[in-house]
Amino acid sequence: MIYDISLSISYEYGSRADAGRHTLRLLPAIIQGEQRLILGALHPEPHPDERRDRTDFFGNNVTEVAYRAPLSKIAFNVQARIDRMAAPVGLDISPPLRILPTEISQVRSMSPDQPVHFLGASPRIVSDLLFHDYALQHTHSDMTVLSAVEAIGKALYDDMAFDAEATTVETAALEAFENRHGVCQDFTHIMISCLRSIGIPAGYVSGFLRTLPPEGMDRLEGADAMHAWVRAWCGVEIGWVEYDPTNALRVGSDHIVVARGRDYSDIAPVKGVLRTSGSQTTKQSVDVVPR
Amino acid sequence: MTTSRASQDTGEINHLIASYVPLNGVSDELLDAEGQVRPVWRPFLKHLSNLSADSIAQRFARGNQYLKDAGVFYRQYGDQVAAEREWPLSHIPVIIDANEWNTIATGLIQRAELLEDIVADLYGPNQLVADGYLPASLLGQSPEWLRPLVGVTPGSGHFLHFLAFEIGRGPDGMWWVLGDRAQAPSGAGFALENRVATRRIFNEFFARANVQRLAGFFRRFRDQLLDLRAEPNSRAAVLTPGLHNDTYFEHAYIARYLGFMLLEGEDLTVENGKLMVRTVTGSHPISVLWRRLDAAWADPLELNENSRIGTPGLIEAVRSGRVTMVNALGAGVVETRALLAFLPRICEAWRGEPLKLPNVATWWCGSEAARHYVAGNAERMLFSNALSTALPFEVSDSKAIKDQQTAVSDQTINSWLDTNGHQLVAQEAVTLSTTPAYSDGALTPRPMSLRVFLARTQTGWEVMSGGFARIGQTNDPSAIAMQAGGSAADVWISGKPSVDGDTLFKRQQTQYVRTQPGVLPSRAADNLFWLGRYVERAEAVIRMLRAYHTRLSEADDPEAPLVSRARTFLKVLDIYPTKNVPDGLKTTLNSAVLSASKVRERFSQDGWLALTDLAQTAEIMQSSIRTREDAVQDMGLLLRKITGFSGLVHENMYRLTGWRFLGIGRSLERAYATAQLLADFTEPNAPEGSLELVLEVADSSMSMTRRYTVTMSSPPVLDLLALDTRNPRAILYQLNELKEHLTELPGADKHGQLSDLSRAVLEVHTSLAISKPDTLTPDRLREIGEAIAELSEDISETYMQWRGLRDLRHLSFDLV
Repeated sequence: MIYDISLSISYEYGSRADAGRHTLRLLPAIIQGEQRLILGALHPEPHPDERRDRTDFFGNNVTEVAYRAPLSKIAFNVQARIDRMAAPVGLDISPPLRILPTEISQVRSMSPDQPVHFLGASPRIVSDLLFHDYALQHTHSDMTVLSAVEAIGKALYDDMAFDAEATTVETAALEAFENRHGVCQDFTHIMISCLRSIGIPAGYVSGFLRTLPPEGMDRLEGADAMHAWVRAWCGVEIGWVEYDPTNALRVGSDHIVVARGRDYSDIAPVKGVLRTSGSQTTKQSVDVVPR
Repeated sequence: MTTSRASQDTGEINHLIASYVPLNGVSDELLDAEGQVRPVWRPFLKHLSNLSADSIAQRFARGNQYLKDAGVFYRQYGDQVAAEREWPLSHIPVIIDANEWNTIATGLIQRAELLEDIVADLYGPNQLVADGYLPASLLGQSPEWLRPLVGVTPGSGHFLHFLAFEIGRGPDGMWWVLGDRAQAPSGAGFALENRVATRRIFNEFFARANVQRLAGFFRRFRDQLLDLRAEPNSRAAVLTPGLHNDTYFEHAYIARYLGFMLLEGEDLTVENGKLMVRTVTGSHPISVLWRRLDAAWADPLELNENSRIGTPGLIEAVRSGRVTMVNALGAGVVETRALLAFLPRICEAWRGEPLKLPNVATWWCGSEAARHYVAGNAERMLFSNALSTALPFEVSDSKAIKDQQTAVSDQTINSWLDTNGHQLVAQEAVTLSTTPAYSDGALTPRPMSLRVFLARTQTGWEVMSGGFARIGQTNDPSAIAMQAGGSAADVWISGKPSVDGDTLFKRQQTQYVRTQPGVLPSRAADNLFWLGRYVERAEAVIRMLRAYHTRLSEADDPEAPLVSRARTFLKVLDIYPTKNVPDGLKTTLNSAVLSASKVRERFSQDGWLALTDLAQTAEIMQSSIRTREDAVQDMGLLLRKITGFSGLVHENMYRLTGWRFLGIGRSLERAYATAQLLADFTEPNAPEGSLELVLEVADSSMSMTRRYTVTMSSPPVLDLLALDTRNPRAILYQLNELKEHLTELPGADKHGQLSDLSRAVLEVHTSLAISKPDTLTPDRLREIGEAIAELSEDISETYMQWRGLRDLRHLSFDLV
């Protein structure tokens, strides 16, 4: 499926904002066998004084920009054409949960796709018994890893309310979980926490959803802004599987991957530091149209 | 012959060690396994035994006084506040024989080389993981393995440049490594201060004892840091997390000792991949940074996003290879406790030899074989967090884990380990050796651990001949951390013949060269400027308070017109003279001390002492009961102290740019305050005696009688205090000073044209200079005061642009 994507994120400041430096992870990834970037460009506005494009540890596209003069408005615009191949959903040949630790302990590499990066705590994932208990309620050790992932994802979808007003980007996953509400980021962090609590390596994916659903389908939650979902490692045979807990579905060709990491902090679409004392307003618009 | 002298010595020293009985099964530094005094201690013990108890007490007091004067302190973290505590020096040094020290040094150099190879591998090819020497999941979960640094080779070619090892002597008399410090090892500066203090205590003895000196170590390391600079015009600096760090004193001390700038994250900026320091003369390149900041906080963009003390873009500068971090960001990963379990095998495999100095026996419970062994020997094991980087005696987590462990019965320890093994290490409990501490006229054994420092110099790793000893307060070896009441001692490496009196300022054979001119970071300029303002403000307030209290006791009526006007004047300054030392005055003094403490490394010790003494005196006055009659006297005392500080600064501070900012702050504040004073007390309806009060507050009564024979009236007072260019109390005099300082500052003129700031100063100056006393109405004086106050903004704008914009904002948005 080929998509045309346009994204614009803008910030306006109440008073002058100085010495800004930002890292942007907005340009969709090139993933062998899954996603092809036909063309794509990231345009910051105004033109930055410094710009450097590189890839990070996990292979994501990163653009670092810096401004020296004070600004009152910044916008980051992305135009891209993507070919997204749907991963075929095969048989569940993932091992039972109890075998997973053995498979992980046999890993002898630190390459970014290895499950060893996605265990335990990471900057925005803390371990807590609440997650562990919840995960245990919905799984047992003879279950296959893949079915455990789907069981936890589905359970969260059933138990949690999608509420765009209830949380912010700074809300801790535990707090959102206790209140059983949040947005895609909360769903994703909560599911990662649950999976890791029972030893399933799990990471964070940011990306886009197609804006309008195919004929006769419901519009997905999260289609009007950047979206987030989970990837879980289901053993050596299957490897990584992506699951969208906000919509309770296996990720297919409607999801376009921008970046992958351990949690939000690794792949925040825009990270920036600047000096300002005034207010800040943010606008975001996304259009993902099949060609 | 030899034997009899030895026994004679022993006789003399008997009273010191009569009750010195080391615990069973514990090594001792003073006594060998047979209970004999080790030869290396004999001369010192003999010296000590010849001193009377009084003399010893005096000497110890001398050492303590030195530390106090030098401002050495540490922070004790309580429930709420981190209080500054006196430095707990244990006055008896730890003495180690040079031959034994050689064995330690050789072992630690081997370890340093091994750690360098390990860090290089962890951020490079990851051969240790590939070959199964290190579990991938352990590294993958370490918060100290910093992914943004993976694949980044340091420009200098090395990851590690300065290391510390915590070592202890076990019951068998052998030395063991308790932990490795590679993140930002502290203690070397404190070791120097311990040395200076201990040397003052035993000065005559030290001079003839063959104790190896410390300064050469620092000199060679400084030379190395300077050599690491990428370009000759770039600089080396010390990076500190700031004032609130528990070892800030040491950061300032080391920066001053080595002659490097002491910088904080906000002093730095990255331009096109180059690390720069913001100074009053613009940005200057920095290419070597001895960081005392933990890596995670170094760059909020790529590391801990909550850091407010880092420098955005620092990693980008590191990636470009143009800045050498000492040590490399990410080097802290080798502090991971679980690594101790793998080091012996790694050493054998990579170097084909065993560790020359073993480390505490450690098992990572993630492996089944280790779990099996540990479960069988659980009673002599300490369990703790595998990924922790704390030292054994700092461990707060091991207690929690111990509780968790004791909660499980023996039958279930296997299942406890099976479930949690990956997060746990088991270590054999450490028994430290004891060393003498002086208490109640005799020596008594106390547990000790030793921190040894290694620096990479041009010729490889060099071990500092000495170190930092921690001494326990009781027999409990777990209580040697200073936070737990432990103390610190100097370490003497003794026994090698002839030691040259090495100092940092080695007499150069080559021609004397002045070092590169310093640059003044904007933040330092800002603090000096405000220090100047606060001190001057405090002085003005003290003078007014003294005048107020004098008038009050003369009139004996709080509502007398002049008394009431003085009170109103003070009220505008937020000073309420209900107490002898009003809160507002104390706040101003504390602000002065705070500003000064942020630029400690730029101050002479005497200047610092004078200032803190002033603030302490005010503090004591406020907390003790003083009558109103004492107030005049109290203010007089504070005034003498504050002028003492100003005098020190004025007379002794080198005329660098920093001194000018201090002067600018002072001139500006004085000119402003004098304008306010004149405006308020020369009003037509001002009460009787106002002019006399003005002259007194402005310390110009004598000048008045000398210069003018006329009766008291406004015009001569205004002439003397506003327009006289020879009276340092006059506004115009201070504006002249201000003008002069600014002319000497960089950027005063751009291409022959006046800068905005110079123009603004000239405008105020000129408008006042052409005034006549009778045109200086109160309104006009207030206008002038406002114009002067605005100059403060202009100065900030020109030299400290970032001031007032410190609210770092993180951009982020919701994903839905």
